[in-house]
Amino acid sequence: MRIVVNGVPREVVATTLAGVLEEIGIVGRFATAVNGAFVPAAGRGMALSEGDAVEALAPMQGG
Amino acid sequence: MPVFYGEELGSALMLGTAGYPSPAVLERAFRASGAGVATVSLRREAGGGQDFWALVQGLGVRLLPNTAGCHGAREAVTTAQMAREVFGTDWIKLEVIGHADTLQPDVFGLVEAARILCAEGFRVFPYCTEDLIVCERLLEAGCEVLMPWGAPIGSGIGLNNPFGLRALRAAFPGVPMVVDAGIGLPSHAAAAMEMGYDAVLVNSAVARAGDPAAMAGAMADAVQAGRAAYLADPMERTDMAVASTPVLGRAFL
Repeated sequence: MRIVVNGVPREVVATTLAGVLEEIGIVGRFATAVNGAFVPAAGRGMALSEGDAVEALAPMQGG
Repeated sequence: MPVFYGEELGSALMLGTAGYPSPAVLERAFRASGAGVATVSLRREAGGGQDFWALVQGLGVRLLPNTAGCHGAREAVTTAQMAREVFGTDWIKLEVIGHADTLQPDVFGLVEAARILCAEGFRVFPYCTEDLIVCERLLEAGCEVLMPWGAPIGSGIGLNNPFGLRALRAAFPGVPMVVDAGIGLPSHAAAAMEMGYDAVLVNSAVARAGDPAAMAGAMADAVQAGRAAYLADPMERTDMAVASTPVLGRAFL
């Protein structure tokens, strides 16, 4: 399945959000959104579809 | 000391975490500032996010995540929701940017996002202009703190519209207010505090100083002096001289 993670197109085997994050190796403290909508950690079992846009955001410096 | 959403802070200085030459310098600046709040943000993980998380945990201050860079209400709301989970706080510095050059807030999107987030239980700190009606709408939306800009973010100009800031302070005397953005010097921070603002939020003025820790200390002193001056009830300004030495008993020479 072809999806976009943090702006980068990727071919993934996993079919759920949690599976994709693991496959790509995103670990630690982060939060997720799919197609512009927040997906809480407890909801990462959701199935992804072809073309979905996933964002995984981590803590960063800010003003 | 300022009270935001029922929580009293140990300092009226709030400090940003962006743009320091190194994490060690950031840490030293925080120690020197005595700041009670650190602003933070969320970005796509490109390495460094986890180390930064460990660093801010070690600062021992309250975290205030922002929605910096968001250009619409929907984007800002999603970012706030993500920040709440990552940083474990319902405090959010709500930024909805409307103009690329001045980073002026889109106050219409700001009010819209504030209404949604307040309804979802967020404690919203809206980055706004000093417009009285915008601020009134933000309060109606559920905000209990206002954060008017001093001047454009990162400009170091200081208080661009002292009249407007003074009018805003007078219009909502019971609302905690923070002057955010545009502070470049300790004198700017002191001026905001002398007007009766409850706190100031500073980032670039410290991070981009030649010696960030020394500037952080200077900001802390200025904020304290400004607050003490406000509480001391400053004299009224006049345009004519008023002799301070008594006239009575003056010799005839």
